Amino acid sequence: MNSKFLIYMFKRLGMALLTIFLVIAITFFVMHAIPASPFSSEKAKSDAVIKALEIKYGFDKPLGVQFLNYLWGVLHFDFGLSTAWVGFTVADLIMGGFSYSASIGFTAAFIAIILGILFGCLAALNRGKWLDSVIQVVTTALVSMPSFVVATLLLLFVSFRLGWFPSLGNQPGGMVLPIVSLSLYPMAYITRLQRSSMLDVLGADYIRTARAKGVKSSKVIYKHALKNALTPVITYAGPMMAYILTGSMVVENIFSVPGLGRLFTNSMLRTDYMMIMGVTIFLAFMIILMNFISDVLYKVMDPRIDLA
Amino acid sequence: MQHLLEVKNLQTTFFTPSGEVRAVGNVSFNLEPGKVLGIVGESGSGKSVTAYSILQILTHPGRIVGGSVKLHGQELVGLPEEEMRKVRGNKISIIFQDPMTSLNPVFTIGNQLMEAIILHTQRPREQARERAIEMLRLVGINEPEKRIHQYAYELSGGMRQRVMIAMALACEPDILIADEPTTALDVTIQAQILELMLELQKKLGMAIIMITHDLGVIANMCDEVVVMYAGRICERGTAPEIFYNPRHEYTRGLLRSIPNIDNDEKSRLIPIMGTPVDLLNLPKGCPFAPRCERAMKVCLNQFPEEYWVAKDHIASCWVNVLEKVGAPLAELGGQEAAQQMAREGEEAAQ
Repeated sequence: MNSKFLIYMFKRLGMALLTIFLVIAITFFVMHAIPASPFSSEKAKSDAVIKALEIKYGFDKPLGVQFLNYLWGVLHFDFGLSTAWVGFTVADLIMGGFSYSASIGFTAAFIAIILGILFGCLAALNRGKWLDSVIQVVTTALVSMPSFVVATLLLLFVSFRLGWFPSLGNQPGGMVLPIVSLSLYPMAYITRLQRSSMLDVLGADYIRTARAKGVKSSKVIYKHALKNALTPVITYAGPMMAYILTGSMVVENIFSVPGLGRLFTNSMLRTDYMMIMGVTIFLAFMIILMNFISDVLYKVMDPRIDLA
Repeated sequence: MQHLLEVKNLQTTFFTPSGEVRAVGNVSFNLEPGKVLGIVGESGSGKSVTAYSILQILTHPGRIVGGSVKLHGQELVGLPEEEMRKVRGNKISIIFQDPMTSLNPVFTIGNQLMEAIILHTQRPREQARERAIEMLRLVGINEPEKRIHQYAYELSGGMRQRVMIAMALACEPDILIADEPTTALDVTIQAQILELMLELQKKLGMAIIMITHDLGVIANMCDEVVVMYAGRICERGTAPEIFYNPRHEYTRGLLRSIPNIDNDEKSRLIPIMGTPVDLLNLPKGCPFAPRCERAMKVCLNQFPEEYWVAKDHIASCWVNVLEKVGAPLAELGGQEAAQQMAREGEEAAQ
C-alpha cells in the first residue's frame, strides 16, 4: 500500500509537471501571436523608448529564446516583472491578489459545501413534500442564473435599496456580498448533486440492513448513507474550490475586490504578458492541487477506490 | 398457549400513485421456539413484505394497515419506533437475499458487526470487538482477527453472507428471518450456507423463518410451511402434510412443476398456466382462480375461508369444502368458469 501510494504520487507529480509545461507553452505562444504589445498605448511612445523597454524586459530576443528564458525563470520560481504595474514582481502581485480572493473564496466554498450538503439531504429525506419542492425550485433558479446577474441583483437590492452592506469589497463588511454571490451557484449545484445521490443511497440494500439492525434512523442517515452519498460532491468540490479560491473575474469586478480575478482581467486588458502567464500557471497549479486533494479524499471516503 | 411469534390477520398495503397495492392480506401463522417455518411462493407473492412487516422495516409508501404481530405475547404493531428498534437485530434479526449489496461498502465488516452489538448490549468497544471475532469464527470465517479490518468488497459472496449471518446472530435473537438467503449464491455455496444455518440453529436454538421459492430448501429445512399467493396464504401445515398431501391447487401446481431427475429427457416441465394476478386489482374471489384448473363459479365470487383439512393443516380452497360437503363439482362450472373469467378480463382490457 505505501510503496503503491509513492508510485502513485510520482505518477501524479509527473503528470502535473507535464500539464503545467503545456499550459505555459500554449499560453506563451498564443499570447505572443496576438497583435498587441505590453507597451502599445494611446499615448504614442517614441521607438527608442519602446526599444529600451523591450530590452529591459527581454522582449527583443527571438521568441524561442524568450520561451526558454521564461521556463528557466519558472524553474527558479521567478515569474518575472509586471509590465503594467511597474516595479512589482508578478509573484508579489499574485500573492497580494490571492490573499483577498482566497479569503472570500474559502468562506464562500465552505458555506456552499456545508449548506449544499445540508439542503441536499433535507430535500432527499422529504422527497415529494413541500420542503423538497421549495429547495428544488430555488436551486434550479440559482443554477440557471449567471453570476453577473446574481451579483448585480445583490448589489442593486441588498446594497443600494436596503443598504445592509457596502458595495465596495474593501470597506468593512464589504466582503459579505461577494461571498454570498460566489457561494450561491456552487451551493445550489451541490444541493442538487447531494439530493440525487442521497436518494440513490437511501434505496440501497445496506441501508435496509442498517435499519434491520435497529440503528436509529438519524444515525442510519449520517453514518451509513452520508458517507456513501458524498462521492459526487467531492468530485465537483475539487475543481470548484480551485476556481472559487483563485477569484471570480465577474464578482470581483462588480464589487471592486482587489483580488486575483480582477488582477487577471486588468492584466489582460493591459496585455501584461508576464502577469497573464503567472496567473494562468497559478490557476493551473491550483486546479491540479485541488484535483489531487479530491482524489485522496475519495480514497478516504470509499475504500474500494484504487488510486494507483 | 403462548407462541414465540404470533402473526394474525396481518395486512400491508403500498399506497402507490397508481393505487393501493395490497401486498399482504390477512396473513396469519404462528412460530414456536426452535422451529423452522418456511414461507414459499413465487415472486411478488408477499413473502418478503410479510417479513419486513414483522420487523417494520417497510419503506415508503408501504404501511401495515391491520392485524397484529405478537412476540412473546407482546404486540409489535403500533409499538413506538424507539421500542421497535430494541426488537430489530436483537430479538428478531434478518438476513437478505443479496449479500453483495447488503453490507455497507465504506465501513469495515468489524465496524458493522460491532455496531449492532454495542447498540443492543451496551458492551464496551473492546468486548464488542471480541464478540465480533467470536461470531465470525462461529460462522466459519478463517482469520477473523484480520477479517474485521476488511471491507465487504474484499470478500466473496459466500463469505459476505456468512458475515450477514454473524451480524444477525450477534445478539442471540429469538428469531432469524432468512429472506431468500441463498438465491444470489452459487449452488455449492448455497448448500454450505443452509448447512451453516441449521448448525447454528442447533447451537443457539433460535427459530427461523425461511423465505424461499426453492421447494428443495423447504423440504430439507422446515418443520412447517406457509404457501403464499398474491399476498394471501393458500395453505399452511407441517412439511410432510404440505409435500405429501397438498390440498390447494396452487401448492399442487408448484409441486408438479419441480423437475424430476428420473423423467424422460424429452418430457417437458409442467408449468402453472397464466400469469400472476395484478395486486392493484385483486379479484373478488380466490386470487388463484383465474389460473386454477379446477376453478368453480364460487371460486370467482367468494374468497375461500381457511379450512382445516387435517390436524396441523389449513387450506384456503373451495375444492376442499365442496369435497367435504359433497356438492357435484361439474354443476359449479369447473374449467368453464375459469375460461369465462378470462374472457371477461379480455373484454375489460379492450
